[in-house]
Amino acid sequence: MASKIRQAGWYRALAFTILGIAVCIGLSTGLRAAFGLNPVYDGTAVLQISLLMVPIFFLGGIGCFDYWLRWASGRKVVDDHADHGAKSWKDYFKVNTDHKVIGIQYICVSFFFMFVGGLMAMLVRAELAAPGRQFVDPNTYNGLFSVHATLLIFLFVIPVFAGIANYVLPLMIGAPDMAFPRLNALSFWMLPLAGVMMLLSFLAPGGSFAAGWTAYAPLSVDAPIGQAFFTIAVQFAGASSIATALNFLVTIITMRAPGMTFFRMPLLVWANFSTSLLVVIATPFIAASQFMVLLDRALGFNFFNPAGGGDVLMYQHVFWFYSHPAVYIMMLPGFGIISEVLATRARKPVFGYRMMAFSLLAIVLLGFTVWAHHMFVSGMPNWVRIPMMATTAIIAIPTGIKIFSWVATLWRGVLKMDTPMLWATGFIAMFTLGGISGVMLAMVPLDIHVSDTYFIVAHIHYVLFGGSLFTIFAGIYFWFPKMTGRMFNEKLGKIHFWLTFVFFNLTFAPMHLIGVQGMPRRVSDYAEQFATWNMIISISSFILGLSSLIFLYNMVASWRSGPKASSNPWNSLTIEWQVSSPPPIFNFDTIPSVVGGPYEYGVPGAVHAIVGDPAKDLVPAGAGATEGHS
Amino acid sequence: MWVSLAAIIVVASAIGIGIMLAISWFPAQGSNVAPKIDTFWNVLIVVSVPIFVSVVTMMLFSIWRWRQRPGEEGLDGPPIHGSTKLEVIWTIIPTIIIAALSTYAAILLLDIQAAPAKGTRVVNVNGIQFAWNFETKTDAGPVKSNLLYLPVNEPVTFDIRSKDVIHAFWVPAFRMQVDAVPGITTSYSLTPTKVGSFDIVCAELCGLGHAYMRSTVTVLPPARYKAVMAGLAHASAAVGGSK
Repeated sequence: MASKIRQAGWYRALAFTILGIAVCIGLSTGLRAAFGLNPVYDGTAVLQISLLMVPIFFLGGIGCFDYWLRWASGRKVVDDHADHGAKSWKDYFKVNTDHKVIGIQYICVSFFFMFVGGLMAMLVRAELAAPGRQFVDPNTYNGLFSVHATLLIFLFVIPVFAGIANYVLPLMIGAPDMAFPRLNALSFWMLPLAGVMMLLSFLAPGGSFAAGWTAYAPLSVDAPIGQAFFTIAVQFAGASSIATALNFLVTIITMRAPGMTFFRMPLLVWANFSTSLLVVIATPFIAASQFMVLLDRALGFNFFNPAGGGDVLMYQHVFWFYSHPAVYIMMLPGFGIISEVLATRARKPVFGYRMMAFSLLAIVLLGFTVWAHHMFVSGMPNWVRIPMMATTAIIAIPTGIKIFSWVATLWRGVLKMDTPMLWATGFIAMFTLGGISGVMLAMVPLDIHVSDTYFIVAHIHYVLFGGSLFTIFAGIYFWFPKMTGRMFNEKLGKIHFWLTFVFFNLTFAPMHLIGVQGMPRRVSDYAEQFATWNMIISISSFILGLSSLIFLYNMVASWRSGPKASSNPWNSLTIEWQVSSPPPIFNFDTIPSVVGGPYEYGVPGAVHAIVGDPAKDLVPAGAGATEGHS
Repeated sequence: MWVSLAAIIVVASAIGIGIMLAISWFPAQGSNVAPKIDTFWNVLIVVSVPIFVSVVTMMLFSIWRWRQRPGEEGLDGPPIHGSTKLEVIWTIIPTIIIAALSTYAAILLLDIQAAPAKGTRVVNVNGIQFAWNFETKTDAGPVKSNLLYLPVNEPVTFDIRSKDVIHAFWVPAFRMQVDAVPGITTSYSLTPTKVGSFDIVCAELCGLGHAYMRSTVTVLPPARYKAVMAGLAHASAAVGGSK
């Protein structure tokens, strides 16, 4: 027993967590006694300190800091890769430094929170199926949509992209791992911690946080203690995101295989490079906004209290300065995934590769100039509205370039319309719609009317569900054989796609209408006139939710007993497909050598990279590579 | 091929625009701003539908025409890397569209946010959790009430405040909305143009009662308005102007 607690792992994590709680109680009561505050034991104070400190004890217990602390204390450290690679399923529940293990950990944890957050959406839609109260009181309802959005943004979309990239990117650039494998492990472990914290908020007195995922002050400052779970969980999720982005930037800049210039990188690498720039620059701002809320709440500061000289609008500026780039953080990796899927399944180079790369960088740059379009009716000075409208509208241009380039990639290709391709083409259509409603929203006179209505809910779900989630599904299906060594069931994949596509549109398209007609968002009840559409939307959403179970079944069953996959089932040129499925623990026996672009389909004998034994492993592009039809 | 594609796009766009314009999107046009916003919306639809239709048509056509047929499993497409001409076209045309829409929107915005004429009636709007309070100065004295009354065809400026959390004062029929923010006074001006009763909706999450923070604005002919306000002024004075 004692040895179990001394080793890094769950027993020690539990012990350290308990120790952490004890330390927080001691700290709180000790300080309160020293300052003569009564009562000495204050549950809220203990909780506040615990939310900040206990996670760090947990991370220490599970083993994230062992190596660094050992090294920092001057003791000898052994680099034996004992914690690298998964030999059994148990390794996935430990601190592991292998990017492939971490990638799968990220993906599985993210999907867990997707299902939990999705379930909350089902409860939201159940309540909204008819006017009047159905199942939950307003406070619970407000909590449900707040936790739904927060989980899906911070615990699903952002980390699942990090997970897919974690797995694929080092392989794709011919690297043996990420630049900082131990930091990578720490980044992962901060994530389930953040998610659990958010879910625990439902147990807090006064209920879960319920001020929306946007947590505007003063509502979030005045809210009960459940709000603090959001304030602090977001810090850990943010720290996880920043550390990962740092890792990606250093890895991409310094660890590309010889011959892989920036313009020979696959677009997934460009996309993650761009996203990582966004993350490192922007994420500290949401941390700042939440720290200010925390200080106002816990220590009586006046950041957002006008009576004390504070400024309510400042919260929104600081918050949205991150949260607008956040939506690009939630989309750009998806753009990269679509480029990979389309090129491989259309057997054609991505059209306009350089502009595709530059448009990513343009979106990064422009993404920092548009935050106040979330604040058009906030009461900020009127003159800010026109410049922000202009910059917001301008972003449509690089985005449009990408959409047109993807369609041009399909043109005259040889299109295999399998599951990943269905998701990719479905994405193009849905994201175009979401982008169009976005341009409409950029136009201030219209936005003044539809701000904070169901039109916004429609827009965000077209770009996040029809956009991001469709690309996530495309990527998961596409790289499933590589990650698991098995093929998924293609028929179930197609059924999953079609059910999702149809019921997604039936759920969210009508929301454009009811928003313009006058239904606000974040309401547990609504006027009679919206009853019919809400019922239609709710029923569609239930079927949409059920369709995700087909995906879950397919993934689990195929992982356990699907047919074994070859190293390159899609006959792709990029490096990750030139090693076994799943890849060897250290990826490559010898560092690959990149000799050409990543999308040289249609050129007989073209090679992107030489991996392993040159005589054995050369994979030319397409046997008979001229187009078979005109 | 190009002619048929163009024809499909034109016909589908026409049908799409027709359907979209036929839908009754907006509530009643209750203010002078409403027709301008509704027209702008129609313009946005006319511009947006062809863009969506073009993208989807080209994509579906490609899938239909160049789907992998049996026997083509090992084949690649032609190594087309790009076309500068196409890139220029599909950068310039969207830029023009965006510039045009933004210019229209900017002019419209300057119009609807223009400062009101001197002497415009001011209604003070106070949002609290979870109700709206309105205060109007009338010749018969100040009128305080939870329901809003306005005379038709007379400009009004709303000065909007909140003492607790952020709310948003939205009258869908008027097409104008602005947040009620603790610490500042926000405002907008318009002219109600239609007699009737219209919903007032709080459009910013303000807590438990957000869904129920609703009221009604009743727009009356001027004579009727005077009479109603006189009665309310009397009542407000009687209760000491509380609320």
